Amino acid sequence: MIRTEHLFKSFDGRVVLNDISVEFDQGKTNLIIGQSGSGKTVLLKCLVGLHQIDSGSIYYDDTLFSALNFRELKQIRRDIGMIFQGGALLDSSTVEENVRLPLDLFTNQSAKEKRDRVDFCLDRVNLENANKLYPAELSGGMIKRVAIARAIVMNPKYLFCDEPNSGLDPMTSIVIDNLIKEITEEYSITTIINTHDMNSVLEIGEKIMYIHDGKKWWEGTKHDILHADNKELNEFVFASAMAKRAREVVDHGSARS
Amino acid sequence: MQFFDFIGRYFILMSKVFSRPEKRKIYRSRIMFEMEALGLNSIGIAAIISVFMGAVVTLQMSINLESPFIPRYLIGYATRETMILEFSSTVVALILAGKVGSNIASEIGTMRITEQIDALEIMGVNSASYLILPKIVATVLFFPFLTILSILIGTAGGYLIAIFTGVMNPSDYVEGLMYSFKTFSIWYSLIKMAFYALLITSISGFYGYFAKGNSLEVGRSSTKAVVVSSVMILIFDLILTQLLLIA
Ligand SMILES: Nc1ncnc2c1ncn2[C@@H]1O[C@H](COP(=O)(O)OP(=O)(O)OP(=O)(O)O)[C@@H](O)[C@H]1O
Ligand SMILES: [Mg+2]
Repeated sequence: MIRTEHLFKSFDGRVVLNDISVEFDQGKTNLIIGQSGSGKTVLLKCLVGLHQIDSGSIYYDDTLFSALNFRELKQIRRDIGMIFQGGALLDSSTVEENVRLPLDLFTNQSAKEKRDRVDFCLDRVNLENANKLYPAELSGGMIKRVAIARAIVMNPKYLFCDEPNSGLDPMTSIVIDNLIKEITEEYSITTIINTHDMNSVLEIGEKIMYIHDGKKWWEGTKHDILHADNKELNEFVFASAMAKRAREVVDHGSARS
Repeated sequence: MQFFDFIGRYFILMSKVFSRPEKRKIYRSRIMFEMEALGLNSIGIAAIISVFMGAVVTLQMSINLESPFIPRYLIGYATRETMILEFSSTVVALILAGKVGSNIASEIGTMRITEQIDALEIMGVNSASYLILPKIVATVLFFPFLTILSILIGTAGGYLIAIFTGVMNPSDYVEGLMYSFKTFSIWYSLIKMAFYALLITSISGFYGYFAKGNSLEVGRSSTKAVVVSSVMILIFDLILTQLLLIA
């Protein structure tokens, strides 16, 4: 579980996060949705400590994350996996080295144990025979998969994903979404996903927070989002033709029954 | 004001860079990698400029010091001293600031803007140390070899020009090379070069590490890295010469 209380963050006097209090559940895919520029990435980076927050508090289970010192922060980060918007694989390392890096640095496993673990994780994201390739030789979807493999290699308790399927075709997106959901349930991870893809929302939105202008505007699940009574949220949601269709289908279904 | 801000951030970064490394073994392999990338790959450029500079210095001296009162062997001596005292350390370092400095700043800058550095931080890696320390160690150890190489190649360049153009007698030149040789000059040159390596790598690492924005900004950081390292090399040339040779 990850919880924030009255989180504020501004850049040069411009408020980007405005009083965010929210709770993300363990073993669920928690979604942060909102328009481009609404503050999703900033919120995620505040949650993991890449941005310093101005005020408020962040809890990781019972730990007050926002008060940790440098050493404690390094320690808790062993339990954190993160998938960045662009993948953020190390360009000068192969797929295998990328995934193995945390094991190299923080464990005393033998070469064989590490190889097995890396193969297991790459297998888990359906990526075989790519071990020796460099990031420049991968497609966008493959990069995202390697990033997921790297994020889960240390068995994280908390997983953060910044637009895991931006720039991917709808089919690959769904595969990636479901992969994250499966892993989340399998290992009971607290997973937080940034997205503005309505497909993902309706597919894996077990708990959704809508952020608008840096404020928490709405909170709910994929089941109530199509019938939410919130103007800005509706504008966001029904900007997608697919979501409009989905509501029609749902409304028809409930009318018939 | 900006100047003090710069100095402050530089030293804070360096204290992160030189904090205790995560795992020595990883660092050792990264140092070897950087020795090849930053050191071995610079041998070519160091060799080329050295051979030409040695040749030009010899040529200039022989033409301009045409006088019965000046013994010819002094030309060999002057070439050697020029190479050892200034050329093979300071001028080679200026060239390396251009080559290696821009390389480091743009590499680390790109890692910054593509969130590779954030990714390392999230894993709990001390990114500053992981990225910059191996480069510093590799260049501080390797660049002095480039200095030695440059001295050898530069004096050889002078010898070759003496043979090919006949501006002076090659045996006079060789006599000059042996004349009044002080080992300390070599040490002075190597110490300077090790120091320059530290300056180039840390300053370029600094500009890369704090790059922000897009590829334009990375380009700008890499230019700044080269300019600032070059100026610092010249300033420290004065300071180190004062400390090592005069004081
Ligand atoms: N490092 C920074 N310095 C100053 N302002 C920033 C910084 N990072 C983000 N911002 C500002 O914060 C606001 C929110 O940005 P953020 O990246 O969180 O948007 P986002 O919701 O992730 O958008 P997108 O969906 O396009 O990724 C933007 O207005 C942006 O200009
Ligand atoms: Mg974003």
